[in-house]
Amino acid sequence: MKLTKLLATAAVALGLASTAMADDKTKVGFVFVGPVGDGGWTYEHNKGRLAVEEKFGDKVETVFVESVPEGPDAERVMTQMALDGADLIFTTSFGYMDPTINVAKKFPKVKFEHATGYKQAPNVSVYSARFYEGRAVQGHIAGQMTKSNVIGYIGSYPIPEVIRGINSAFVHARAVNPDVQFKIIWAYTWFDPAKEADAAKVLIEQGADVILQHTDSTAPQAAAQAAGNVVTFGQASDMSEYAPFPRVSSIIDDWAPYYIARTQAVMDGSWESANTWHGIGDGMVGIGEISDAVPAEIKASALQLKAKLASGEYHAFTGPLNKQDGSAWLADGETADDGTLAGMGFYVEGLEGDVPQ
Amino acid sequence: MDLSAINPVLLIASLMVAATPLLLAAIGELVVEKSGVLNLGVEGMMIVGAIAGFAVSVETGSPLLGLIAAMIGGALLSCLFAFLTQFALANQVASGLALTLFGLGLSALMGQGYVGVKPPAMATLDIPVISDLPVIGPIFFSHDPVLYFGVFLTAAVWYALKFTRIGLVLRATGENHDAAHALGYHVIRVRVIAILFGGACAGLGGAYISLIRVPQWTEGMTAGIGWIALALVVFASWKPWRVLLGAYLFGGINVLQLNLQAAGVAIPVEYLAMSPYVITIVVLVIMSRDKTSAPGSLGRIFHASS
Repeated sequence: MKLTKLLATAAVALGLASTAMADDKTKVGFVFVGPVGDGGWTYEHNKGRLAVEEKFGDKVETVFVESVPEGPDAERVMTQMALDGADLIFTTSFGYMDPTINVAKKFPKVKFEHATGYKQAPNVSVYSARFYEGRAVQGHIAGQMTKSNVIGYIGSYPIPEVIRGINSAFVHARAVNPDVQFKIIWAYTWFDPAKEADAAKVLIEQGADVILQHTDSTAPQAAAQAAGNVVTFGQASDMSEYAPFPRVSSIIDDWAPYYIARTQAVMDGSWESANTWHGIGDGMVGIGEISDAVPAEIKASALQLKAKLASGEYHAFTGPLNKQDGSAWLADGETADDGTLAGMGFYVEGLEGDVPQ
Repeated sequence: MDLSAINPVLLIASLMVAATPLLLAAIGELVVEKSGVLNLGVEGMMIVGAIAGFAVSVETGSPLLGLIAAMIGGALLSCLFAFLTQFALANQVASGLALTLFGLGLSALMGQGYVGVKPPAMATLDIPVISDLPVIGPIFFSHDPVLYFGVFLTAAVWYALKFTRIGLVLRATGENHDAAHALGYHVIRVRVIAILFGGACAGLGGAYISLIRVPQWTEGMTAGIGWIALALVVFASWKPWRVLLGAYLFGGINVLQLNLQAAGVAIPVEYLAMSPYVITIVVLVIMSRDKTSAPGSLGRIFHASS
C-alpha cells in the first residue's frame, strides 16, 4: 500500500516536472496513417517533421504516432497528444477529419492542422496540395507511353481528392491519346503492399501497360518491374529506387515549408485557422525527374505543361468538359472553381464505371 | 463491363499465390491451438519472418536461405512467447498481443536499411512440356516451391494429427492437459515444440509476402494477414483441409473481386471489397455446424502442481 502510494506520488511529480519542462519548448505532434518507412505518403510527412526539427532545433519538440487507423483510435491518439502538452498537432490523413474536429473541441488551446479534409474550426486549419496538377502531367505522359491504350489506376478510397486525381489524369491522357481507357480498382486501403501488388498484377493481366496509383506503398512499382514492360509513376514520394524504369516520373509532396511556417506561427502567437491549398507553383507539389525511358519530345511537352500549371497560365480542369453522364460541366475556356474541386464526386465524360458511394 | 478481360487461368494461378501466406500462418496456428495454446502473436511472427527472410536473402543472394532464416526468425520470436506462457505462466492473450506489437516494432527496426532494396528472385517450377501445357500448366506446374510446400504441409499436418502417435499426444495435451500429464506426457515440452512450429510457419508465411508475392520490404507489410489467419483457424473448426479451403476461398475471392472491379462489373465496389471476408465466414460457418469445438484446454495455463 505504502509502496504504491509512493510510486503514484513519484509518477505525479514526474508528470508535473515533464510538463513544466515541456513548456518552454513548442511541442508539435504528428498523427500518421502508415509507417514512416512506407516510402510514400507518410514518408514525406515525416520528412516534413524532420525539417521542422532541423529548423528550430532545441526550441521545438516533435512527437509522432504511426500506423494510426482512421476512426476512434485516431481520436484516442490525438487526445493523448493534446494531454501530453502538444501545442500543434498535424493529422495527416483524410479519415482523421471528424476525430480531429472532435478532439479540437475538447482542447480549444491546442492548434490542429488536418491534411486533405474540408472541415475547419477556430483551432483547426485544413491544408492540402493540388495533387491533381501533378496528375495532369502524369496523364499527359501516360497517355503517350501506353501501347495497349489501357491505363490501370489503383484508387484508395472514393474521396474527392482521389476522384480529382483520376479525372485530371484521364482528361490529360485523352487529350494526347483519344483511344485511351482507364481501368480503376478501389483498394479500400491507403497502405497494404500485398493488396496493392495484387491490384497491380490484376490490372497488368487485364492488359494495362501503365499503372497509376493513389495508394502509399511501392508494391505496385515492384509488380510492374516484375512484369517488365509496364510504366509506373511514383506516388507522394519520388520512389526513385524504381527509376528509370518502370518509374518514369513521380508526384512528390513537399510538406516541409508549410510545417515550418505553421510551427513558426504557433511560436509567434500568430497562428490562425486557415484553408491552404497549394500546387506546383507554390512548391507543395513537385514533379519527380522524368527519366530517359520517356522520349525527349514527350518529356519536353510534359515539362511545358508543368510550367504552365505552375505559372497559373493553365488550369488542369479547363473546359469544355462534360460529366460522365454527358451533362455539361465546364464551358469552353471555363475553369473549375475550388469549391467544386474540393467536393468532387463525379467522373468526367469517357471514364467507365461508377464512383462508389 | 467486359468479362472477357478476365483470364480464368491466370485468375486461379494468382489466387493460389494470394492464399499461400494465409495458409502457412493458419496451419502453424492450428497446430499451436491443437496443443492448447492460443498465440495471438501470428502477425508479429509473420512480419519478423518477412524481414528476417528478406534481409538474409538480400545479403546472401539466395532466396532459399532467406526462407530458412524466416522460419528461424519466426521461431525465435515465438520462443519469447513460449517462455512467457509456459515457464513464467503469463496470460496467453496478453502475451500474444504483446508479441505482435513487439514483432511489428522489431521488424521496423531491422528493416531500416532494406527499404527500396530488390530481393533475388525465387525460381518457379519449370518442367519442360508439362509447365507449358495449356490451362493445367499455369495452374498446377508453374509456381514457386513454397506454394507447393504449403499444400504439402497441410496434408502432413492432417496426417500427423489424425494417424500418428505424435498427433495423438498433441491433441491429448490440447484437450485435457491434466489428463495428458497424468498419463506421463510432458505437457510443457509438447506445447513449446508446437509454439516453435507455429512460429516457423508464420515466419515462412511472412517471407512469402516479402520475397515472392510483393516482393519488397515495407514496414507493416503483412497488413493484418496474421489476424485473418487466427480467425480462419476458428472458422475452419481446427481442421487442416478446411483451413486450406478457407485460405483459397479468401485468396480467390480477393483476387476475383479485384478482377471484377478492373473489368467494370456493375456490382457496387463496397460489396466486392467486403466479399472475401463475408463469403469465407459464411461458408466456413455452414461447414462447421457439426459438433467439433475448440480444444478443451485452449488458452488455459498448465502447471504440474495444479
